[in-house]
Amino acid sequence: MTTPTSLASADPGAAAAAPVEIAEAPIQAGRGYWGSVLARLVRDPVAMAAAFVILCIVLAAIFAPLIAPMDPFKGSMIRRLKPVGDATYWLGSDELGRDMLSRLLYAGRLSLFMGVLPVVIAFFIGSGLGILAGYAGGWINTLIMRVIDVFFAFPSVLLAIALSGALGAGILNSIVSLTVVFVPQITRVAESVTVQIRNRDYVEAARVSGANPFRVVRVQVLGNVLGPVFVYATSLISVSMILASGLSFLGLGVKPPEPEWGLMLNTLRTAIYVNPLVAALPGVMIFLTSISFNLLSDGLRSAMEVRQ
Amino acid sequence: MLTFVLKRIAYAAPVALGVSLVCFLLVHLAPGDPLSAILPVDATAEMQAQMRAAYGLDKPLPVQYGLWLWKVLQGDLGTSIATGRPVLSEVGRAVSNSLILASVATLIGFTFGTFFGFVAGYARDSWLDRAASAIAVFGVSVPHYWLGIVLVIIFSATLGWLPPTGAGPQGSGNWWPDAEHLRYLVLPAITMSVIPMGVISRTVRALVGDILHQDFVQALRAKGLSEFGVFKHVVKNAAPTAIAIMGLQLGYLLGGSILIETVFAWPGTGFLLNAAIFQRDLPLLQGTILVLAMFFVTLNLLVDVVQTALDPRIQRA
Repeated sequence: MTTPTSLASADPGAAAAAPVEIAEAPIQAGRGYWGSVLARLVRDPVAMAAAFVILCIVLAAIFAPLIAPMDPFKGSMIRRLKPVGDATYWLGSDELGRDMLSRLLYAGRLSLFMGVLPVVIAFFIGSGLGILAGYAGGWINTLIMRVIDVFFAFPSVLLAIALSGALGAGILNSIVSLTVVFVPQITRVAESVTVQIRNRDYVEAARVSGANPFRVVRVQVLGNVLGPVFVYATSLISVSMILASGLSFLGLGVKPPEPEWGLMLNTLRTAIYVNPLVAALPGVMIFLTSISFNLLSDGLRSAMEVRQ
Repeated sequence: MLTFVLKRIAYAAPVALGVSLVCFLLVHLAPGDPLSAILPVDATAEMQAQMRAAYGLDKPLPVQYGLWLWKVLQGDLGTSIATGRPVLSEVGRAVSNSLILASVATLIGFTFGTFFGFVAGYARDSWLDRAASAIAVFGVSVPHYWLGIVLVIIFSATLGWLPPTGAGPQGSGNWWPDAEHLRYLVLPAITMSVIPMGVISRTVRALVGDILHQDFVQALRAKGLSEFGVFKHVVKNAAPTAIAIMGLQLGYLLGGSILIETVFAWPGTGFLLNAAIFQRDLPLLQGTILVLAMFFVTLNLLVDVVQTALDPRIQRA
């Protein structure tokens, strides 16, 4: 029987929520498993292009104060909504006459932070819970997995918005909401991988030889579980970016005048008749980041030979 | 089959109970007093206590949950603070609008998704496969609220072909299947269909690829069955999973439509949620989320049952 929610979801990466099958680490002389993964990844032109785009966006966000041509907060009511290609405002100006290029660069800071951090936190919490549930089995497994099932009964977008809506707008609250959305998904993958590993002969052997559970988890289980879970988590970053910006778009995340792609997309909606190209720009950045993370995650998945 | 259905219902019941608990606790998660939205700023402590007692907020949390659940089971989701109308009737109207949008979007997504999936699965590693896969990646990576804005820019603001917002002329609150209302449905439905299209085409591609490599296909070809005959077998084998995913996608779209409904001012559940959040109308927020989540739980149940009915192998496994 297929469990109800393991099939797919509206979210890009969540299709991978189906139990992941772990490939046996290839036996190669001289190069470790991760070395061979990296070697395969480097040969994948699409993944490398995606990694390059992500690197550029991250660097642009980090060094925004150095490269941004103008102050992202300083507006001018007489220079509102300048078109793309303007002599002063290269990417136009927004509804308050602020430089779009500078704002887009600065916005990457909050957008990336709010998109990536929930997945990172959820990776640690979810892996921990999943390994505990998968390795301990019995009532601990039942308890953890039944609670996870409840959260799976909410579509991700709905859960994120419900939690943010209840907690109130703000950066911290939206990070908390998104973390709560991703923990169950990662837990489920970590649990299913751990159960597979637990039944392998070498884990059995370690147990029989008298190693205590913590030692078995640390030595035999952790290394084999974290890889597939990591790949799955990378596929969630794309969803997280879209959701995080979506929360700000709704007014539940970042508050004005702080630059953030989702919020900029919202405040520029009034400009779609006057200056459509400028109004669409923040979305281009969200899309570019999201698709790059998706492609990199796909590349990583095939480099690690983790099959769905 | 009956045993399976009963087992599946027995599995869904505690999940549904858990969902109700989460919805109940949502209101208590909210910062400040749940009553702060109704109480005037200068309410005295005595008035506050009166109000708390009236809403049963002075009782211990488990008792409050029990009382709330009992009311919910009788179909009473409370009263909207903003409009004073019963939450259930507000949600009911919105759900029907959302359901229309989500169903049309799922149908469009399913049609194109299976088409691209079959093309890609049959022509593995050809340029057709790569093109179909690119469309699928686009579908799952694009921020749909942005895609909605882009479509409005192109087809409403620039070309003037379709209305940018609303569900019908003169701010019609209810969608109606006539030509005029249909024009309002086009843009939001296409925007929304991109998500299931990506997910379904990815799944179908993988399914078709796997099925084509199975021994029975080889056997069918070896006995001289036409390629169309083989295709029919492939469809039969891929259908249960594809239909299951379509069902789940409908649920995800219904629950996740808030962003698209906000972009297009579509009078559905997403729009209602948005209003509930910003007016701090907690009973409405709680009720809408409960209805949507319960719908999703039921849909999951139905999908599992239908999938098992279509493919008896699942049950035996």
